[in-house]
Amino acid sequence: MLEIKNLHASVEDKEILKGINLKVNAGEVHAIMGPNGSGKSTLSAVIAGNENYEVTDGTVFLNGDDLSDLAPEERAHKGVFLSFQYPVEIPGVSVTNFMRTAINETRKAQGLEEMPANEMLKTIRQKSELLEIDRKFLSRSLNEGFSGGEKKRNEIFQMAMLEPKLAILDETDSGLDIDALRIVANGVNKLKSKDNAIIVITHYQRLLDYIVPDFVHVLYNGKIVKSGGKELAYELEEKGYDWIKAEN
Amino acid sequence: MELKEKLLSSFMAFEEQVDVNADLHDLRTSAIKNFETKGFPTKKEEAWKYTSLNAILKNDFSVFPKNENAVEFADVKKYFLHEIDTYKVVFIDGVFSSFLSSTTHDGIDVCLMSSALNKPKYKMVIDNFFNKIASKDESLTSLNTAFANEGAYINIPKSKVVDKPIEIMYFSTGTEAALLVQPRNLIIVGENSHVQIIERHQSLNENAVLTNSVTEIFAQKRAIVDCYKIQNDNHAASLIDNTYVSQQLESHVHVNTFSFGGNLTRNNLNFYHFGERIESHLNGITIIGEKQHVDHYTLVHHAQPNCESFQDYKGIFSDQATGVFNGKIYVEKEAQKTNAFQKSNNILLSDKATINAKPQLEIFADDVKCSHGCTIGQLDETAMFYMQSRGIPKKEAKALLMYAFSNAVIESIKIPELKQRITKIIATKLGVKMGFDL
Repeated sequence: MLEIKNLHASVEDKEILKGINLKVNAGEVHAIMGPNGSGKSTLSAVIAGNENYEVTDGTVFLNGDDLSDLAPEERAHKGVFLSFQYPVEIPGVSVTNFMRTAINETRKAQGLEEMPANEMLKTIRQKSELLEIDRKFLSRSLNEGFSGGEKKRNEIFQMAMLEPKLAILDETDSGLDIDALRIVANGVNKLKSKDNAIIVITHYQRLLDYIVPDFVHVLYNGKIVKSGGKELAYELEEKGYDWIKAEN
Repeated sequence: MELKEKLLSSFMAFEEQVDVNADLHDLRTSAIKNFETKGFPTKKEEAWKYTSLNAILKNDFSVFPKNENAVEFADVKKYFLHEIDTYKVVFIDGVFSSFLSSTTHDGIDVCLMSSALNKPKYKMVIDNFFNKIASKDESLTSLNTAFANEGAYINIPKSKVVDKPIEIMYFSTGTEAALLVQPRNLIIVGENSHVQIIERHQSLNENAVLTNSVTEIFAQKRAIVDCYKIQNDNHAASLIDNTYVSQQLESHVHVNTFSFGGNLTRNNLNFYHFGERIESHLNGITIIGEKQHVDHYTLVHHAQPNCESFQDYKGIFSDQATGVFNGKIYVEKEAQKTNAFQKSNNILLSDKATINAKPQLEIFADDVKCSHGCTIGQLDETAMFYMQSRGIPKKEAKALLMYAFSNAVIESIKIPELKQRITKIIATKLGVKMGFDL
């Protein structure tokens, strides 16, 4: 599904990613952990196509397609989804209308007809129930005045609507209380299938109790310095990141 | 001949042409004298610092329009709010078109300025209201007063909720190489009455047009007046809109100005308070590009206690477009407990686009709440990336953001069909098909 080779990226001439190699197959859940400033969010932004980051070397392939020259929306049309660590507030655009626009633009790019309004409403209803989202919430301006938990739930709701092939959850657990964490994780688990893949980026092991990874990678100083199974997350939790820092 | 000289010499001929009473003659004569003394405003004047009329005034304007030109309804239908029934007062090259109009005298007067000015039965109203709130000092208003003859005359007696919106339309056909038109509207809304008015100036070809319009609005006690000005003319048309609003006790007046088109547009919008607990709402959306210029010059004169005014102007400027927002709030000593708010938010989409925003607060009362805020920015890049990452292409994301930016003002449109129309114009202007209604 996703194949990253020797990826180097910098922002304002400062190199953040220093040669990332990662292979994610369909049906897998990968966790990327690491201390603050190790490049976790940069990696997710680069995969999603944020133009503020410059890819200086290496390649990112999704299902055999080179993503390098694609705009963020083109990557989205190919099935990339990024759940933002800090979802952006957009006053004046309701959640429903935003979703409708996003879905219809994606369908247009894929050569499909617009989704009929009744089908759209039905889908929105189904998916919002999955995330235990109140219907009143859907007519509010996107993320405006939402609590931290509401924002994250709304991100996963968007993921549910867009049904991506590759979902990257960037610190989706930050700012969530235990109930919200359970709802969000539950939603993600229901969306998981043998045809899609999920990358969970997190600082803590806590989320991984709910979304159980097949692989855990440790990112440090712009490189993946350690990979293993889910037990690696527990080891990190126990020993702390100083253990990784000491080894590198 | 300079336009000013041409106008001065035309005045005599004009006075002979129209049949007016002595009072009106005196009024016109003093108005032309004021214009003669002051002339056209120049950038040397503080109020015109950012707007120059020089290039426009070089046109050899015809001052007297020819007779009515034939325009078929089918040709101009799209400019009307044709989805719903409306009263219509329509002018073609400054001349009333009875064929396109739908006027009434049934309980309310929705008709012509020329008959109001000349027929004895309207004399008392004209004596009481005509040129009573319009400036006698401002030169372009004086120029209009000197030649004032035609426009819409709307008189709503007390306790009437007018059953449908009134559309005031000015078409220019372009049969003249360059045309100067000076419409004069008088709108009187009686106690407890409510009326909705849509005003539009539209030229039907590419010949130069300069419209110097004056509108006087009198909102009596507890009257509610909603005005919508649609400025989406083609690029050879320029507009100077001078609107004067007089408000009595507890009246609410909303003026919404949508500026999307035209070459140069100047909106002089003035509110004067003559009672307590008045509300004045001034909203605007300006979306322009190329070398277009839109100047909003507003005044709210708070003279009585417990009144409120709200100004909310949004501007989006691309290419080499220039915008001006000059908002003056004047609070007299007597006007305690005034709430006066002013916002001017602007987005510049190009390095060569300009906005000059200037709040002017003159406050002589000590117990008031006044605020003003001007913002100038670019589109939020993080928001753009967020939307793109959800599959919304850059162009649509940009349009969605700009639409969202102007949303608060769009929401203030109370006629659903008009709201839809404005949304559509904005979509066209932004070059997208909007798959959303917000």
